[in-house]
Amino acid sequence: MLKTYTYPRFDYAPSAEQRSGVVRRHPVVIVGAGPIGLTAALDCAARGLPAVLLDDNDTVSIGSRAVCYAKRPLEIWDRLGCADRMVKKGVSWKVGKVFFRDRLSYQFDLLPETGHKMPAMINLQQYYLEEYMIDQVLRQERIELRWKQKVISLRQEADHVVLTVETPDGVFAIEADWVIACDGANSDVRKMVGGEFTGHFFQDRFLIADVVMKADYPTERWFWFDPPFHPGQSALLHRQADDVWRIDFQLGREADATEEKKPERIIPRVRAMLGDDREFELEWASVYQFACRRIDNFRYGRVLFAGDAAHQVSPFGARGANTGVQDIDNLTWKLKLVMDGAAPLALLDTYDEERAFAADDNLMNSTRSTDFISPKSKASRRYRDAVLELAEDNAFARPLVNSGRLSKPTPYVRSSLNTPDEESFSGRTRLGANCDDAPIARDGAEGWLLNALGEGFTVLTFGAAPAREVTSGRIRAAVLAVGDDLMDRKGALAERYDGRPGTTYLIRPDQHVAARWRSFDTAKIERALARAVRA
Amino acid sequence: MELRGTANIDDPDGFYEELIDSQRNMSDEEAALMNCKLVLILANHIGDRTVLREALRRAGGQTR
Repeated sequence: MLKTYTYPRFDYAPSAEQRSGVVRRHPVVIVGAGPIGLTAALDCAARGLPAVLLDDNDTVSIGSRAVCYAKRPLEIWDRLGCADRMVKKGVSWKVGKVFFRDRLSYQFDLLPETGHKMPAMINLQQYYLEEYMIDQVLRQERIELRWKQKVISLRQEADHVVLTVETPDGVFAIEADWVIACDGANSDVRKMVGGEFTGHFFQDRFLIADVVMKADYPTERWFWFDPPFHPGQSALLHRQADDVWRIDFQLGREADATEEKKPERIIPRVRAMLGDDREFELEWASVYQFACRRIDNFRYGRVLFAGDAAHQVSPFGARGANTGVQDIDNLTWKLKLVMDGAAPLALLDTYDEERAFAADDNLMNSTRSTDFISPKSKASRRYRDAVLELAEDNAFARPLVNSGRLSKPTPYVRSSLNTPDEESFSGRTRLGANCDDAPIARDGAEGWLLNALGEGFTVLTFGAAPAREVTSGRIRAAVLAVGDDLMDRKGALAERYDGRPGTTYLIRPDQHVAARWRSFDTAKIERALARAVRA
Repeated sequence: MELRGTANIDDPDGFYEELIDSQRNMSDEEAALMNCKLVLILANHIGDRTVLREALRRAGGQTR
């Protein structure tokens, strides 16, 4: 029982199909109602796919868990209509301080650029995040959320999947055209399809504790290497909503998880860290180990894996939930086109192509952070300490300090769905990258580019548009003309997209850049559109 | 740029003495830490990743 939060209990209800004993076929079944499964359900609803969402529990995340949510997932949740509450409740921060032993080594500012709707990063307990998404799911007619439903076996047929589900009323079968498995790092579904899940398992144990306290500390991320209150290890202090503070302690390889979880062990640690006798109450604690690994293929027949079920990273950099949300963003529009017969099945193979590429990028970053935070040899610890000692007075050493590289979306630079650039583009936008947001005006009202992009493909063109839409087969792309449909009063669009008269972007339904040119050429856009859906 | 293989240090004996002297009053551990700092400072001065990789290789390290 938490002092600042009461876990909701959602009622189990037997489904009509279980009561009747008649097996039903559903277009999409999603396994696991964590942040990724809930995002999948909302994205299915947004794209017009009815879905059944199964969860083996009946409440939200126990404990604050993921905590840090980055700008790109917030933009995706904004598209799905639930980011405002998260941002409002969450704590935005931008300054990070790094301490080495008893000294401030250096501090950084995320320096979030203005002209984006969403903040760079928010901290929010995972239970709030899930609660807000569940509220949103319950408003969707296309989504059926079922609690206390555990998938116990799975069989793939030629054109569907048969799931055996256990509920308080017994066991029954349910069929799905497609299954999206979001059942976490210990995914049962992954085991059922025989997916390989390989990588590195780390021996270090970490304690996370949520404490409630009234503290006038600034809203900053504080990271300690080898602090006097916790010698030889690292520690992290982060603020969450409701005066709840997240504290992470690295415990080392030999720590006893059961012992370390006891309040009589945790409270003295926290007291030593705070360094005074301020009042605090322990809210929740957990000891964990982690692994850096991923599934060998994100698609097994008609079963698609997303989130921790597909990849597990170290917690440094907040790359777990954040990247999982982007899996769904990549998957759902492809699934919809394939299910509608508007794109070939091969489009779904690019889900693995693009998201395995992103997972590898995340794994690389999180492994590098782990090697800095938790060096595996004396020699590597010495280099780490040398960097930290130098950082205080030497600007050159600061970029080498790695206390977690915060999650950023991976641009699909090598994707087979991209049409390679024929002309040169300067500026930051890369082919395959997600679109940067920018302030715009539409019908006289201030707004945001990402909100102006439609659910489908969009052709964004600077200047007069020769057409209102471009089509290829059954795929349509709506044309948005800058200077006509939307106004770039602040010039941010032109700057961020290297936009000159004629510059034209083809933007995918997940808001990634598929192609771009210096002039509006309908034939070229049609070809790029076909390529972007593997037609 | 290529990693220089020919002698480039003025007064080699004087430099060597200066290098050894710089660690004269240090324990092995202190000297090892200083060596790490020295590597980082010089590596940053060089900057060129190809040259740095060649130096790692020539020093007997594993390289990609």
